[in-house]
Amino acid sequence: MDQMTDLDALERDITERIHKAEDETALEEARLASLGKKGVVSERLKSLGRMSPEERQVAGPALNGLKARIGEALETRRAELKEKALEARLKSERLDVTLPPRAEQRGTIHPTTQVWQEVIAIFADMGFSVAEGPHIETDWYNFGALNIPPEHPSRQDMDTFYLKPKADGSRMVLRTHTSPVQIRTMEAQEPPIRIIAPGRTFRSDSDRTHTPMFHQIEGLVIDETTHMGHLKGTLEAFCKAFFEVDELKMRFRPSHFPFTEPSMEVDIGCQWVGGELKIGQGDDWLEILGSGMVHPYVIKAGGLDPEKYQGFAFGMGLDRLAMLKYGIPDLRAFFEADLRWLRHYGFAALDMPSVAEGLS
Amino acid sequence: MKFTLSWLKDYLETDASAEEIADKLTMIGLELEGLANPAEKLAPFVIAKVLEARAHPNADRLRVCMVDPGTGEAVQVVCGAPNARTGMVGVFAPVGVHVPGTGIDLKAGVIRGEASHGMLVSEREMMLSDDHEGIIDLPEDAPVGTSYAAWAGLDDPVIDVAVTPNRPDALGVYGIARDLAAAGMGRLKPLAEAPVEGAFKSPIGVSLRFEDGAERPCPHFVGRYFRGVSNGPSPAWMQKRLRAIGVRPISALVDITNYITHAYGRPLHVFDAAKVKGDIHARLARRGETIEALDGRVYELDEAMTVIADEAGPESIGGVMGGEASGVTEETTEVFLEAAYFDAVRTASTGRKLNIISDARYRFERGVDPAFTETGAEIGTRLILELCGGEASELVVAGAPPLKNTTLSLRLSRVKSLAGVDIAPESQVEVLEALGFGVAGAGGEVAVSVPSWRPDISGEADLVEEIVRIWGLEKIDHVTLPRLEAVTSPKLSVKQRRRFRAARTLAARGFNEAVTWSFLPHEEAGLFGGGEERLTLDNPISTELSDMRPSLLPGLIAASGRNADRGAESQALSEIGQIYLGDAPEEERLHASGIRHGATGPRSSLAAPRPYDVFDVKADALAVLEALGAPVGRAQVLAEGPAWYHPGRVGTIALGPKNRLAVFGEMHPRILDEMDVKGPLVAFEVDIDAIPVPKAQRASRPALAISDYQPVRRDFAFVVEEEVAAERILRAAQSADKNLISQIGVFDVFRGAVIGEGKKSVAIEVTMTPEDRTLTEAEIEAVSERIVAAVAKATGGVLRA
Repeated sequence: MDQMTDLDALERDITERIHKAEDETALEEARLASLGKKGVVSERLKSLGRMSPEERQVAGPALNGLKARIGEALETRRAELKEKALEARLKSERLDVTLPPRAEQRGTIHPTTQVWQEVIAIFADMGFSVAEGPHIETDWYNFGALNIPPEHPSRQDMDTFYLKPKADGSRMVLRTHTSPVQIRTMEAQEPPIRIIAPGRTFRSDSDRTHTPMFHQIEGLVIDETTHMGHLKGTLEAFCKAFFEVDELKMRFRPSHFPFTEPSMEVDIGCQWVGGELKIGQGDDWLEILGSGMVHPYVIKAGGLDPEKYQGFAFGMGLDRLAMLKYGIPDLRAFFEADLRWLRHYGFAALDMPSVAEGLS
Repeated sequence: MKFTLSWLKDYLETDASAEEIADKLTMIGLELEGLANPAEKLAPFVIAKVLEARAHPNADRLRVCMVDPGTGEAVQVVCGAPNARTGMVGVFAPVGVHVPGTGIDLKAGVIRGEASHGMLVSEREMMLSDDHEGIIDLPEDAPVGTSYAAWAGLDDPVIDVAVTPNRPDALGVYGIARDLAAAGMGRLKPLAEAPVEGAFKSPIGVSLRFEDGAERPCPHFVGRYFRGVSNGPSPAWMQKRLRAIGVRPISALVDITNYITHAYGRPLHVFDAAKVKGDIHARLARRGETIEALDGRVYELDEAMTVIADEAGPESIGGVMGGEASGVTEETTEVFLEAAYFDAVRTASTGRKLNIISDARYRFERGVDPAFTETGAEIGTRLILELCGGEASELVVAGAPPLKNTTLSLRLSRVKSLAGVDIAPESQVEVLEALGFGVAGAGGEVAVSVPSWRPDISGEADLVEEIVRIWGLEKIDHVTLPRLEAVTSPKLSVKQRRRFRAARTLAARGFNEAVTWSFLPHEEAGLFGGGEERLTLDNPISTELSDMRPSLLPGLIAASGRNADRGAESQALSEIGQIYLGDAPEEERLHASGIRHGATGPRSSLAAPRPYDVFDVKADALAVLEALGAPVGRAQVLAEGPAWYHPGRVGTIALGPKNRLAVFGEMHPRILDEMDVKGPLVAFEVDIDAIPVPKAQRASRPALAISDYQPVRRDFAFVVEEEVAAERILRAAQSADKNLISQIGVFDVFRGAVIGEGKKSVAIEVTMTPEDRTLTEAEIEAVSERIVAAVAKATGGVLRA
């Protein structure tokens, strides 16, 4: 009886010590003091061997029960302490999440590049490949082959950039349009031909809507059957896809270019609503491109037989398309690389134009 | 090209409104530039009677008028005109009206103590003429209370069209009327071209003095002498029309020539015959000859220019402008009329060289109707006799009209095949005939003769254009191009794709893509290895844009300087575009370049920004190369590069000595100084054209080989000479066991006294990944020894103690 009272007291002491342990160290000390090799409970368990079988029968289960309960108490307290410690740690690790994150640079794609890819996406879907040609051209490719005679005003120094004369007096031309690619393509490829040729072009001009360098896109279809109906259909399909409108008012006007016959200029309907240009409907017209059936002279200059082959060509300004679609007011700003402008009008790296996903 | 509706109706019988005509003009290729009725803004100006004009009590020059504007109620107006008088009929502008000549909106006021409720106006105040002698003084029977503009016939809409350079025939009202008639807008009236009988023989003869054989710059010259004319102002109807299209009336004779220029696209010239010495002839000018032209300027001529001369010298610049010396004045009584044909190309070049813009040049350089020379002279004759009196001589003629008499064959099926529309053969013929073409023959192919006024028609396609233009482009159905393949195949070449991949790779790395000029100042071209004469513009728009760029960097650096001046502290600018190493197509190379300037970011509580350095742009260059499919693993980095970089901070990424893919580095401080941009600034240039194009694109990947065994990492620190490039150490270490060593990197470079002068310690981490077993210590040790030996052999480096 004495011994049992003693065990109760012991258990109370140990349990209290465990409960009072405020950290892992104190708890470990409590464990060592009770269940450690030299702990009071262990010592008592060792004493079992010295007991009589009867005593052992009583003391054994009591001591083992005590050991188990202390073990449990230690575990419980350990879990409590761990939880407390975690809570304390989490509390101490608190951050002001309203702080701005580390700066990252957000890159952008230039509107001209964006529109360049949009136009490619649309025409590629209609079966047009992309062709290219040099910026520094010969007189033949830029003018002669395109039925522009030597005395034509567009060849004048006030309109066209030339490089310094060569030894033979001839001057290389900075191409004034992407049309030389028509000739280079016909020379390189048998019909049927369906290409677009985007790229830089140069004219001696400078104001709000003209810059000495700009971008054009040329289109050329040559085969044995393509006619003006196809030209109108193609341009309408392009304009609707590019401006992302279901209904588009268009006007095809007879015009004149040396390299097409018949020639036509194309206007699209538009209106100004609160200072913003709305494309598609309205009472105003906006000229967006020149086009026509390729002049027999040009087909011949490209090395093909104009009695057998025919087709259409068109040309339009890429930067201008970007201005119209995205409401960018000043062409000059396209080439000034002002960071504020690039960030405002630019496109995200992953904004890849696609006919399937949508263009803009 | 401007004209008025009433003028058009002189030649076109039509009921169409100005709006209908305007719309039709655009649809037949004469694009409408403007349609305005001057009467609209003058509508509030009414005819009024001055009931009483009395002296102003407080001002000598002013009068106080009681005016009846037809309302029955007299209005008081203070008027300063000397001709204001009781009983006169004038033009009254009530309060609230905008007076175009003064730009003022009329308000009620008090002038020197007298109330004034409106204004009696002069012609200048209505912008009808320069006349400001007094207020408009109308006949007594002018209907008081009606709009002056309507009464005076100002209710005549002015139409302005843009005429393409191939259509000189549309630079006269008659030609426009012909087009409109063909397009169903009315009936073209026949020309009144009956010749005038000459009363005497012209005392002035004409001749063409050109070398034989050559094409004559003036092949046809028609003249006529007039005597007894009086050259006062032209009649009001003519002045009104001229003024409406922006031509200032001068005198009857001059106005007649201007009128015919605009009415028929046929420029004429009149000489004061009394001032002409001897016969008149056309010839080439002599170098150094001068002439004072009608614009009051003196021009120096050369032997490429045509002049009309008398025995005293040039009297006019052929096809461009008349001379002052023999010009007509109000005193002129003897007149010599010139109608000549001048070659288009020569007229254009003369006009350009002398920098003269005139209505005559504008028409001759596009090609005046060569068959109309005599007709023009006859029409001019009749107007001179009618308006100036006197009598006319017989015509004097030299040369002959240079007629081409072109006949083209037209397959009537061509409209269908080229334009895609069915237009009945008779309709095709009808259009052509209405435009003045002659059509002969029947069946599938007809012979079409081209009228003399259409120099632009030279082939069958031109005829198709004429038919379709008049028939109506808008009526051609839209047809979708046939699809050539069920699913569109790729349409971009490898290089074309690379352009966009480079742009987007850089944008993803934080670059703002820019597009800068292809040309730059000569000095900047020189700084970047360019500036050769063959890449210099002969006619730059400014010295800032004079040379083709040899690199994308100057444009980006200059832009970064401007951005920095505006306060940008961190910049990454990129551009994908052509550079020019020569003038041949293959010497234009596509580059992807970028610059980084400033710090990695704004100041932050989380991470201190650091200046961009060479290794940022090295990473950029490698990222672009990798994205573009360059074999980056095989590439070497050489510690060298172009002169515009810092000589100790430049690298070249190359596949071999001849195949350099990219350079990167810090800009040379001297270059930045020259460009006035604050450094440091780091940059890279990737030569997209240098990246090999893979022979065949394979979609399938090699099988994935992964090891199930633990990788082992070992560190080594080598002491090497300062000059030894880190890459040589890495390559040597890697060579110790190419299969086992899966990764290798430098984690520290240390210099200091303990290492020794001129030396450095390079610490590398080597990762060994066994494929088929766990490595034993002995095996690791063996590889380590081989690494140390390889590095020692390659670089002389020793393991740091």
